[in-house]
Amino acid sequence: MRVLYSLGVPLLAVFTALVLGAVIMAATGGDILKAYQGLWEGSLGRPQSISETLIWTTPYIFGGLAVAFAFKAGLFNIGVEGQISLGALASVYVGYAVKDVPFPLHAILAIVVGAAAGALWGAIPGFLKAKTGAHEVIVTIMLNYVAIQMTSFLVSGFMKDPNPLIANAQTPKILQSARLPPLLPDPQYRLHWGFVIAVLAAIFIWWLLNKSTLGFEIRTVGANPQAARYAGIAVGKTIVVAMAISGGLAGLAGALEVVGLNFYHTAGFSVGYGFDSIAVALLGRGDPIGVLPSAVLFGGLAAGASRMQFLSQIPIDIIKLIQAMVLIFVAAPALIRWIYRVRVPREAEAVAGDVQFSAGWGKAET
Amino acid sequence: MTVAAPPIGLVRERGRETLRLWLQILFWVAIAFALLVLTGLQFGPAATISILAVTITKATPITLGALAGICSERTGVVNIGIEGLMLTAAFVGFMIGVYTKNLVFALVAAMASGALLALLHAALSITFRVDQIISGTVVNILAVGLTGYLNRQLFATGAPPGLSVLPRIDIPVLGSLPWIGPILFQQKPIAMTAIVLVIVLHFALFRTKWGLRTRAVGEHPLAADTVGVNVNKLRYMNIVLGGAIAGLGGAYFTLESVPHFEPLMTNGRGFIALAAMIFGKWTPFGAWGAALLFGVAEAIPTAMQLQGINIPFQIVGLLPYILTIVVVAGAVGRATPPAAVGIPYVRA
Repeated sequence: MRVLYSLGVPLLAVFTALVLGAVIMAATGGDILKAYQGLWEGSLGRPQSISETLIWTTPYIFGGLAVAFAFKAGLFNIGVEGQISLGALASVYVGYAVKDVPFPLHAILAIVVGAAAGALWGAIPGFLKAKTGAHEVIVTIMLNYVAIQMTSFLVSGFMKDPNPLIANAQTPKILQSARLPPLLPDPQYRLHWGFVIAVLAAIFIWWLLNKSTLGFEIRTVGANPQAARYAGIAVGKTIVVAMAISGGLAGLAGALEVVGLNFYHTAGFSVGYGFDSIAVALLGRGDPIGVLPSAVLFGGLAAGASRMQFLSQIPIDIIKLIQAMVLIFVAAPALIRWIYRVRVPREAEAVAGDVQFSAGWGKAET
Repeated sequence: MTVAAPPIGLVRERGRETLRLWLQILFWVAIAFALLVLTGLQFGPAATISILAVTITKATPITLGALAGICSERTGVVNIGIEGLMLTAAFVGFMIGVYTKNLVFALVAAMASGALLALLHAALSITFRVDQIISGTVVNILAVGLTGYLNRQLFATGAPPGLSVLPRIDIPVLGSLPWIGPILFQQKPIAMTAIVLVIVLHFALFRTKWGLRTRAVGEHPLAADTVGVNVNKLRYMNIVLGGAIAGLGGAYFTLESVPHFEPLMTNGRGFIALAAMIFGKWTPFGAWGAALLFGVAEAIPTAMQLQGINIPFQIVGLLPYILTIVVVAGAVGRATPPAAVGIPYVRA
């Protein structure tokens, strides 16, 4: 029964958001039928669309995992946006600047360096939180702006493609040896190995959290830092490690977009992944496996959006609005209960394992 | 539900903290002053005056955002959604301005939209007891979606021309004072209102019944409830009031700074405002001081570019963000937020 309840709220949340999205579209003069027809065709209606949906799903899985993982440690990582961007930046640099490395090694190197860049960027707010008590929410948001400006600076200067025919601020393409092959032989499907790696990462993170010592420590710190300290867990260190892993997952998202899909990096490439990832994690109830279906949903919405705009002339941004409404209903299940007069037991209401982020503005751990 | 009791030495502790706060402010003011004297020597006093005037201008949305944060957090509710409130108000102000061609209507609409969205934050965090940080994040995401969608749906072919921004006001006598006149009294209306609001909120918070109740609810809601204060009602009121103030801050972007709207144009000012609030220890004057610091960080690069000193804008633009991190890392450990911040109040 509880499984049913915990599925029921997200499904009703998505349904309600889609209905409200239709109301907003109609109110602002859009053709709802064409819009949702486009959304369907662009996301699941054709084999090629499914491939596109899963392409979009890949960074959402990593982003959702990054946020969900930090949730377990009682941390709110809003910095996924910047971590993705720096992960992609580092990965693309390795991809085009490091030469004479054979195929699988070069790609692996690019991925690992991208993940490391994300991990480093994530570890900074973790370190500041542990040492000074600076709330990770403010620091990660500020680091987003820093990362995005740095990316824009580098791709229009030091890392800009030297080819004079390319006026855009973008990096050179990475070498063939650093590119992941497509997953399917038919070239009309762009789906790449990053998707498989993302699913494996979700399983690994589930294992790490639930079956390993580190996972136990992280969950203990998240549930009750005082108790964790009495139990002899180094709380500050755990916070830094958790943020580094979280940032590393986000970095992987950026790296795999580079080596699997785009092969280059440009300013303003990941606008919005960061905030969407929060919604993905919450919709997945902060659980690594739960992130998978919610990432597919967000991937589908994103993939369908352009077809939707093409058919109905309704701006893509409506998707953001629908996503925000999904998030509202998932975060406040009481609203869903109230609208549908269904009874949801309180324990099935817990969002993100009932971690509380906002008691005070934090204290130093050491 | 556990409510932490305030420690006995709280009052004396607060006194010492106030002293430390003023010392800190003095320190930053001294640094800013030294910088200004240097620029004055380098480029003449006109440059210094212009930097200071730009500082006040640039500090406006941060000041208003911080005041909004104070309203909300002093009653014990974190409001991370100020960025979203300001973005929405910036758009609504612009939209109503375009349709009515009346800047007063636009201003009122901007403040109302800030208040309305803040009401959502209040409902989610107080009535539905959603974690306050998550609720604020919801507000931010919603604002991005709402403004992005409406902007493209309504103004896809570009905004109609003809909308102007609020005019500069030159206050008769005060405006002609040397130095202070051009810096303080030749500003635009929202910038001047922000300064007035700092004084008003300080007085209201520390000298009125509303202020006493607000602070009591933020520190010890159970005690306030016991003496008959309606905790959640006051929280609702203060969040909505803060929303209106944040709305004024949003109006700055489209009704006072530039006469058009761009997606994401608030650019983190709402988050920086929170840092200013923390740095200013949840006091209006402290927050204003911190906002001015951020204002200088924006004004000096602008002035340098005007003087023909060429620095890549991406590097200069980083200054406020890095400053925010430094401030938060340096101040949070020592700043004491209202004791009940972040904790929903449930009557036992």
